Amino acid sequence: MFAKGPSHSTALGPGCAGPPLANPQNFGQAGPGAHEHGSHQPSCGAAPFAVDASMLRSAGSQPHKHTQSPYVTGSSVLGITYAGGVMLASDTLASYGSTKRYKSVQRLVKVNETTVLGAGGEISDLQYILNMLDDLSTEDYCADDGQSLSSQELYSYLSRVMYNRRNKMDPLWNSLLIAGLESGKPFLGSVNMIGVAFSDDHLATGFGSHLARPLFRKKHRPDMSEEEATALIREALEVCYYRDKQSINKFQIAKVTTAGGVSISDAFALPTKWEYQAFVDPTRDAVGVW
Amino acid sequence: MFRNQYDTDVVTWSPQGRIHQVEYAMEAVKQGSTAVALKSNTHVVLATLNRADSELTSSLQKIFKVDDHLGIAASGLISDGRSLCKFMRSECLNHRYVYESAMPVTRLVREVADNAQVCTQRSWKRPYGVGLLVAGHDKSGPRLFYCCPSGNYYEYLAHAIGGRSQAARTYLERKHEEYPDASLDGLIGHALQALDQDFKELDEASLQPYIQALRDAEGGDGGGGADGAAPMES
Amino acid sequence: MLAPPPFRLHTPASVGPANASSDNTRSRPAWSPYDDNGGTCVAVAGSDYCIVAASTRLSTGFSILTRDCSKLFKISEQVYIASAGFQGDVRALQKMLQTRNVMYEHIHRKPMSASALAQLLGNNLYYKRFFPYFTWNLCVGLDPEGKGSVYTYDPVGSFERVGFSCQGSGKDLIQPVLDNQLKAASPLVVPAKDWMSALPLEQAQDLVRDAFVSAGERDIYTGDSVEILTITKDGVNKEILDLKKD
Repeated sequence: MFAKGPSHSTALGPGCAGPPLANPQNFGQAGPGAHEHGSHQPSCGAAPFAVDASMLRSAGSQPHKHTQSPYVTGSSVLGITYAGGVMLASDTLASYGSTKRYKSVQRLVKVNETTVLGAGGEISDLQYILNMLDDLSTEDYCADDGQSLSSQELYSYLSRVMYNRRNKMDPLWNSLLIAGLESGKPFLGSVNMIGVAFSDDHLATGFGSHLARPLFRKKHRPDMSEEEATALIREALEVCYYRDKQSINKFQIAKVTTAGGVSISDAFALPTKWEYQAFVDPTRDAVGVW
Repeated sequence: MFRNQYDTDVVTWSPQGRIHQVEYAMEAVKQGSTAVALKSNTHVVLATLNRADSELTSSLQKIFKVDDHLGIAASGLISDGRSLCKFMRSECLNHRYVYESAMPVTRLVREVADNAQVCTQRSWKRPYGVGLLVAGHDKSGPRLFYCCPSGNYYEYLAHAIGGRSQAARTYLERKHEEYPDASLDGLIGHALQALDQDFKELDEASLQPYIQALRDAEGGDGGGGADGAAPMES
Repeated sequence: MLAPPPFRLHTPASVGPANASSDNTRSRPAWSPYDDNGGTCVAVAGSDYCIVAASTRLSTGFSILTRDCSKLFKISEQVYIASAGFQGDVRALQKMLQTRNVMYEHIHRKPMSASALAQLLGNNLYYKRFFPYFTWNLCVGLDPEGKGSVYTYDPVGSFERVGFSCQGSGKDLIQPVLDNQLKAASPLVVPAKDWMSALPLEQAQDLVRDAFVSAGERDIYTGDSVEILTITKDGVNKEILDLKKD
């Protein structure tokens, strides 16, 4: 077998197979010299080239690719309900693999006057989702009838979007939390990349589902005050920060309350304590390492 | 109406700035029997006069359920009404599938009107020949709209369309101050009176309690009669 | 405890760190469109009642996603479906059936009967057999004579009317007990014997409660609580029974 030539020629442009002009190559002909009798032989004596018909079939576009794994990702999002409101929290990091690539990405987003969205997973997919939600909000604005989608409607919509994309084997690589007020009552819902959707009065995605939810299960009450809720979510953020390698100490908290609507805090840092002996002098008991 | 050279298709303006084909379609609405709708602060009521064409036939169904929160009454070309009803049902179902909620009445009416408008601007299409009274209930409360073949739509407190609807409109206008606070039975009473002021045609057994109550009250205040109809019962 | 599905089910990949560096030798589990969210459904048909019950725990792997996610879905006043398995597919299936029932009601001015819905569900599962709904379903209601009817399915649409059935993660624990307690006649007996449960309603309800409490002891995907619906000609009675939360 001969190696396949490049699917894209720098000389001919995207969608056309063939050698670059300066360095003509034989690409997958059935043996040395096979092309000499073929119709591909240019009369000018240059190396033969051909247009790859299978590439042209898709009207000059690149073959469609599905997300096999995420590239730039956000970590956990936490959410709890409390008396008169609901609260989401996350850090502001977008990682590129193990690189802390973008440190000020807002992963909590106001969707409309009663709803916020928090997202973990692929950031570009999040931006695509936000574009879709913007379109919905624009539709509401243009209709000018004073109605907008409620948080539960957005939750249902997003669950269909995520499920439909998984059906196409082309998922949006996110875990989403939707928080808002549904006829005055706090609502908190979760949708993941394969369309599993459920709501609860405390939720967390990613690492948070292992680190934060046990805390929530122990300490959360639906009737807790905003101060108690804030304290609980800060505690949970701290635990996530200590144990989740892909997180940074820069957080935001989003609230939807019956009193004040949607508000998203400025980024803040939590006081942390790293003065454990093993942190201060990690090599004390391991002479020779550094 | 008399014919002229500017009325053969829907894409030709008359020099007076009219589109005759659309106006003819509006006339078609008046060929149907009367349909009445009115609303209070809590309810909307639709009523149509279902007169059989002959002793040997049944009457046409002119009120259609679209969804649990929404129904229409049609006058004019009822087959067009059924087709629009089918469209509205599917829009409501789609909305329920995606958002798990009832479609807002205003949005659905807009969709229907946009559909009707397309038919007033394409040479190969025919405007709908039906007027729809759209009654529904959503987050904003009870709503009542009239959609006409021209693609216009209007919101009403009470309205009547179809043949001989002028009398009904006169009645509705005379009594309109009573509607917002009326009970459901009161609204039904008003609707029946608007349709047929001396109840000559309303011989349907299920209506008799209402009519009896109206006769008892005689002042025409409506007032309680039979048990209230459930939402969207057809 | 779940019987292997008739198709390959990958372990789901989590939203984890991307290995975006040039190091391509580290392998990650392939993305899977499926998950198994567990859950158990039981239905028992009697001569004048039908019981359908389902646990409310939603799990993934060893994690509990929520303790209160209903697996029962009302199609109409007298007809319900109960579904365990992949919750994304469950929701899609429920929404589709609900929509189809509304369309049916518009045309026929009555809701679908249990048998009509049973056939519709079977057809739709079968239609998707090459990318199946990973759901284990029961379709439950009263038949035209007022007798309980239970239809039991596999994910690709084989179905059968039975007198009682159990589906989902606790199936292996509960089904044999039902077989024993409800004295199912062998399907091989000729002439065929009635498969309808002869138990009075209260005893059947007790059996269902015991079944869930027992399954909750051993099956990690069954717990938190169980919704038990009793459908009779007079209406539907709903009972919520708490199970162990461990």
